[in-house]
This record gives sequence, structure tokens and C-alpha cells, in this order.
Amino acid sequence: MAERVLMKGNEAIAEAAIRAGCRHYFGYPITPQTEIAAYMAKKMPKIGGVFLQAESEIASINMVYGAAATGTRVMTSSSSPGISLKAEGLSYIAGSDVPALVVNVQRGGPGLGGIQPSQSDYFQATKGGGHGDYRMIVLAPASVQEMASLTIKGFNLADKYLMTAMILADGTIGQMMEPISFEDAEIETYEKPWALTGTEGKRKHNIVNSLYLKPDELEKKNFERYERYKIVEENEPMWEEYMMEDAEICVVAFGIASRVAKNAIVAARAEGIKVGLIRPITLWPFPVKPLKAAADKVKSFISVELNMGQMIEDVRLATECKRPVTLCNRAGGMIPSPEQVLDSIRKAQKGE
Amino acid sequence: MEHKRLTLFAGHYGSGKTNIAVNYALALAKEGKKVCIADLDIVNPYFRTKDSAAILEQAGVELISPQFANTNVDLPALPAEAYKLVTDHKTYAIMDIGGDDRGAYALGRYVPAILEENNYRMVFVANCYRPLTRTPEESVEVMAEIEAACGLKFTDIINNSNLGSETTPETVMASIEYIKKLSQITGLPVFATTAEAAVAEKLPQEIAPVLPMQLQEKYFDLPTQKPGNRPLWG
Repeated sequence: MAERVLMKGNEAIAEAAIRAGCRHYFGYPITPQTEIAAYMAKKMPKIGGVFLQAESEIASINMVYGAAATGTRVMTSSSSPGISLKAEGLSYIAGSDVPALVVNVQRGGPGLGGIQPSQSDYFQATKGGGHGDYRMIVLAPASVQEMASLTIKGFNLADKYLMTAMILADGTIGQMMEPISFEDAEIETYEKPWALTGTEGKRKHNIVNSLYLKPDELEKKNFERYERYKIVEENEPMWEEYMMEDAEICVVAFGIASRVAKNAIVAARAEGIKVGLIRPITLWPFPVKPLKAAADKVKSFISVELNMGQMIEDVRLATECKRPVTLCNRAGGMIPSPEQVLDSIRKAQKGE
Repeated sequence: MEHKRLTLFAGHYGSGKTNIAVNYALALAKEGKKVCIADLDIVNPYFRTKDSAAILEQAGVELISPQFANTNVDLPALPAEAYKLVTDHKTYAIMDIGGDDRGAYALGRYVPAILEENNYRMVFVANCYRPLTRTPEESVEVMAEIEAACGLKFTDIINNSNLGSETTPETVMASIEYIKKLSQITGLPVFATTAEAAVAEKLPQEIAPVLPMQLQEKYFDLPTQKPGNRPLWG
């Protein structure tokens, strides 16, 4: 059996990143993700890596941009307000087509908000955040094991598609502890002929840049980029189906909300209600296929979220509004209880 | 098990200090002692002693926790009433110290009074399954950092080696060698070995004393992680 260790979600991200070959971490502390920085500060000097606490979030994301341009595996992490500060850099990284890993351990918002868990940065992560036409691959772990495995997956996908991969977690998964192992980690390596590694006078120099002086060239870049995004949408959606075989009601939830939902589903099944769960693991690309297929079988959907209803829009788009979609939510750092979700399931059963 | 008037639990963050402090407080209360527990964790904003407020109150254990615990105020402030833990010599007191050396700074102000009374046990909480304390040597490093931060030396070790919901008696037994080595290097006795109550029952006599622990069920425990796979609120 693979060696098991007991880890916090945040530590699992840091250790997984190191195992994925990341030797450059730039960040600025913020609750509830500080253990990532603390772990990196302790480990990086011992393995010849760089841990640097920048003077601000803006500085740290631009350090990530610079390191990414050299083709090295690099990351930063923050929590909601800190990600807003990094938004400009995220857009520049996307506009330059370089790979990076960014972690958002979400807390309640908007504004300075609070330090308790939240999923209210769904729009920011999946629809933009920074300016311009761009996408990020958004991975939503629901366990400490997934914090580790999706971090490694994120580095692989970022290198493969020359994009930012974002781990969209929340304060609870960041702080909670579970036994995990790293044995199944598959590290992919990609040629990076575009990287700024020094020409040694032997080749034409590379340029990493997001500024285009001619609009037609910029347009061409945008179209090319979206061709690549189309391949990601085709090949990379990930999801989990739970008790969906005979389900008449489909709960849709990601991250910590999916764990609460599973408890509610077990309880509802005990009452004889046929209910299942589709858990998106990638939030972009959104798992459209299983939801579209479910819309032909179930009578309604329930979107369980720690926000005012953000993913629910993608559920409606994916199911082409064929069935009603209701919202079961808490916000501001609060989490829906299993009883609240169970109550929503009972209502859906009655057609309310 | 001989009890000191004051027991302090410190260690690497995530080593299980809070669970142990709460369970030890409950065990003392069960023996009919007057007990007060203080949450002096100025580092961790989630999963705190205060989460066990109801069960502590039921057992008649007084709880002192920072005014802002479990709120959005991320402020490392200690309540003034915590001082009575070192001045009220008639009550058994338990202190839950924050993680690593950062958390232990908070203890410094109480140390002169603790040394003067000299009826305390400063316990290092060890879990060999935590990634930054995988070897006894790494635990020794953490111990030295905490001692330097708070100015109080450890007197005992408690073995809290576990893998969360996957812990079996074998998990605990596999840690015994690590703990013996840690005890040998530091010259400190092993105060107790802990385990969740169902696991504790199955541990052999030779590793006594064992502190059986009731762990808090959480809303995000998966159906498969619960005792008997029953729903959380069932």
C-alpha cells in the first residue's frame, strides 16, 4: 500500500506542487491559505527552490509571469481579495500564453469580506476576473487527496495548453485534515521551445509579450487562442457521478458543497427519494455532456453553492433550460447544512 | 495517571493539540475535578476548542477562548481572564497552545507565573504521520523552536500518531518505535498514547496509559468516513 500521511488541504497543495517539479513560489500571506506559503518557506530552501514573499499580491503575480516566461514550473496562492489584486497579472499571463498555477482558497466576500469558507469567486474564476478574452482551467477539489492530485494535474494541463490552471478551493478544504498519498502522481513533461532560456547565440531570440501594435495581429492571436480553448473544452472536462443511475432529481455541487450534498443524498435515499449528484471537478471547462444527458432523465436540478447562485447559470446553460433548476445556498462564509440540502431535495420531489 | 495542576499542549500545527486538550479536560472532569480549559491559539482561524463548547459545558468544564474565535476577526488577541489559569491554583487548568513556534509566542507572558508555581506538565503532541514531522529528528527541531519561542521546556511527550478516519490499532502500533526514539533523544517520558475510543479499545495493554478520544463529527465528513456509515445528524 502507498505510504499514507495526514495532511491539511493547504499543505497537500504545497507538497504536490513540489513533487510536480515546482521550484518557484511567489506569494503574499492571507487567511485561510497561509499554510501553503508557510510550507513552501520551510521546504523550498532545503531543495534548492525559491520561496519569495513579495511586497504585494501584484508583485507576486508578476514574478510568476516572469518565471513562467522561462518555462519553469511556477505558482502563487492567495485567497479571494488577493486574487482580485492578481487579476491584472492573470490577464497578462493569458495574453502571453505562458503556463502557471494559481491557487484560490476562497473566503467570504465581496470586499474584504471575512475569513470563513466560500465559493463566491466562481464567476471570477470561470468567466474572467481580469480583462480581455481569456480562459483559465479551473479545478475544484473536494478532498485533501484531490488538493494534491489536482495540483499535479493543474501543472500538467497548464504546460500542455499554455494556460493558467487555477485550483479553486475554499477555506474548509484548505484547513481540514485527511490521510492521503502521493504515489499515483503522474508528472508530464512538455518541450518548451518558446521559453526565454538564453539563446547562447545559437538561435533567434524568443519573445514573451501581450502587447500587439496591429489590431489584425491581435485579433489573429485571439482566434488562435480560442481554437486551443476549444480543444480543452473537448478533451478535459472532469466530473464525478454519485447515485445517478436511477436518479429523478440531480443535485449539482462542487468542492465542499458536494460533501454536504452526499450526506443529504444518503438521507434522502433512506426516505425513498431517488436523487443523485453530478459533481463538476473542472469548473472550466464545465462538464456540459453529463448534465445535458441528465436533463433527459431527471425531473429537476438543484444547484448547491456557497454563494448567491453562480454555477446555477452554467447548469441552466448546460441543460438548455430543459428542466427547472433551483438554488440551495448559504453565503458570506456560511455553509449549507445537510438538513438544508435534504429539505431542498424533499421540495424538489414534491415538484415545489 | 498522575495529574499536574496545569497541563499545556503544544506541537506542530495539525498535530492534534485541540482534540487532546478537550478530551483530557473531559477526562479530568470525569474524575470529579474542577477544570478550566483555555484556547490560546492565535494562529488557526478554523476548527478550534470553541467548537466543543457545548460538550465542555455539559461536563462542567469552564472554557476560556479569544473573544473573536470563530468570527471573521483575524485578530491575535488573548482574553484577560486567561490569566487566572496561572493564578487560580485551586482549579485544574489546561492550555491549548497554537501551532509551531508562532503560536507558542502567546504563552510567553504566562511563563514566569507557571515557573513560580512549578506544578505543570508541558506536553509535546507528536504525530509521526504529519509530513513535516516524519522523523523523530524533525519533531526535536519543532520542539526546540517552540521552547525558544515561549521560554518553557517540554516535560512530556504524548503520542497522537493517527491517520484521521483511516486510523487502525496497527496505525498506532506502527508509531511506537518513532515515539520511543523521540523519548530517547529528548530524555522525556511518554505521558500517554491517544486514539479514537473505538481504536483505543483494541490497543494492547503494554502501551498504557491510553487516552481514548471522542472526535467531533463534522458536516463535511463523507458518508464513508462516519462510524457505521450513518448520516451525520442521525
